[in-house]
Amino acid sequence: MTFIGNNAASNSGEPLRNPYLPFPMRVERTFVETSDRMLKSFDLAFMDKTDEAGFRFQPGQFCEVSLLGKGEAPLGIASSPTEKPLLRFTVNRAGVVTRGLHHLEEGDEVGIRGPLGNSYPMDRFQGKNVVIIGGGFAFTTLRSLVVFMLDHKNRKKFKEITVIYGARAPGLLLYKEEMAQWERREDVNLYVTVDKGDEDWNGREGFVPEVVEEVGPSSVDAYAVICGPPIMIKFTFPKLADLAFSPERIYTSLERRMKCGVGKCGRCNIGPLYVCKDGPVFSYAELEELPKDY
Amino acid sequence: MMKKLPEEKVTPFVEKLLKDYEVLGPIQTAGFVSFGRITSPGELKLNHQNSTKAPKEAFFPQWEVLFRYRSTGQSVEVQSTEDPGRTRILFGIRPCDIRAALLLDLVFDSLDSKDPYYINKRKGTIVVGLGCNHPVSTCFCPSVNGGPFSREGADLFMTDLGDGYLVEVLSRKGRKLLQYLNGKEASEEDKERAMAIEDSAARGISSVIEADGLMEKLEKMMEAPFWDFLHEKCLGCGICTYLCPTCHCFDIADEAFDLRGQRVRYWDSCQFPLFTLETSGHNPRPTGRERIRQRIMHKFNYFFSTHKAIACVGCGRCIIHCPVNLDIRRVIDDIHRE
Repeated sequence: MTFIGNNAASNSGEPLRNPYLPFPMRVERTFVETSDRMLKSFDLAFMDKTDEAGFRFQPGQFCEVSLLGKGEAPLGIASSPTEKPLLRFTVNRAGVVTRGLHHLEEGDEVGIRGPLGNSYPMDRFQGKNVVIIGGGFAFTTLRSLVVFMLDHKNRKKFKEITVIYGARAPGLLLYKEEMAQWERREDVNLYVTVDKGDEDWNGREGFVPEVVEEVGPSSVDAYAVICGPPIMIKFTFPKLADLAFSPERIYTSLERRMKCGVGKCGRCNIGPLYVCKDGPVFSYAELEELPKDY
Repeated sequence: MMKKLPEEKVTPFVEKLLKDYEVLGPIQTAGFVSFGRITSPGELKLNHQNSTKAPKEAFFPQWEVLFRYRSTGQSVEVQSTEDPGRTRILFGIRPCDIRAALLLDLVFDSLDSKDPYYINKRKGTIVVGLGCNHPVSTCFCPSVNGGPFSREGADLFMTDLGDGYLVEVLSRKGRKLLQYLNGKEASEEDKERAMAIEDSAARGISSVIEADGLMEKLEKMMEAPFWDFLHEKCLGCGICTYLCPTCHCFDIADEAFDLRGQRVRYWDSCQFPLFTLETSGHNPRPTGRERIRQRIMHKFNYFFSTHKAIACVGCGRCIIHCPVNLDIRRVIDDIHRE
């Protein structure tokens, strides 16, 4: 993509950065993540040095990923800032845009707007134990978070890191190769579970909330981050409460139908806050203050 | 500075403006009055009370292109459309609608994110306000910090004296238009007549809403049974949001034609189920209950909590045009009674 005549500012003097214009990225690699072929990951490379330099993000942020002619979809960034210059998105094939994304091949171009939204509170996590709980394909920004914390430059900034991750079946687990590497590391406690195994599965079986109870991560000096299907969150939250995690120490990331990504188009609000710009990451204490409109 | 523009000088004034500016004003279109670009002064409908469609479309059109793209085989060219072209005059806009623009500025020109499409049009527009001599029965602008002769946000302001207009210059942008005016300095008598018209207009406002305490009252009403019944007669047509001068929700979509296309945005409405429907099938606002609650809460609670202003200017359009007579004045009375 080349851009002509953007940042027009004939009347306003100062050029305004146009938050609606995507910049181009090239697909470097695509790979199918799950056995049902519904989830595919895309590693994208910046095509313009200025875009690359301007793109500074933290785990938990998202982008509007667009295919010209089809539209945009809000997708969490699955790669860590430490993995730049590549950006990764893991995409569930669900609608028009995500279906289009699944058809992309190496060398194809996509449009990106972002990074958008807030991030996991990395400064608060520093010097603390961090418990990461994920379910199904909601592990994308959690992957960003884990990879960021496990990076050799960052690892010493955090105390114990515990990851509990579950999926319905072994074939539906994301990032399997990486998980195998984390398994071998001494500096992360990884618990992977599936609702029901198959004949090749010799790992853990059971639902995420039960595994959380069994592992029983300490809430002392700790934060928990939880992302997954609503049913998993509903049953895991009481387990964390039993472990004495206070609502201020539990974070989650919300999904909404989002269009503009900058708090203008009006559809993703929960009370006075917009998930796209004031979220998507909220603590449970923050959510308790908001109307139950989600 | 106040000038008198006699009736017979209005046409030459607008004609001169048209030479140098694009002029938008209230015009008759397909059965109703809305703001559109005029090519001759005769098209202006200045005696009309207020336009059916709010003039917010001068800054935030119902449909607008964000950028166009064209594939040239190897690469794709993307061309933004944020440059609005030459300076425009919004002629004969009513005080409630000017106030609405000031409220929309809080959304589109916020500190955390600037919307160049809106801001470029807004900054490139000179606002010529027109006082309301005869507010209609559904007008309640004084209840929401406005008034039929509120000058807030206007660059020039006109009062209809019957035999011409009293024209006040209120800003540097407005001063630029003085050279086109060619009118005499307003006489003391003209000013007195204008004051009398203003007083009579203020007395002519018969509708009131109780804005005090509304925000706090709603704060505790999120789960009130009130919403279970309020939406029952609502058809979900969305006309209240389309005609509302402060509603700013929009959708973004791509329109593709072969190797070229465009990304557009267009007004959307919180009253539609699709507005919040997620691809998974989950809808955080699945019924009229949540959707009408969203509209009331956004205007009178959420917007206030973020911007310290109520997102309603008392124009009465939603009252006049609701097909089932869902009347915002009564809704607010009922909220206070809860």
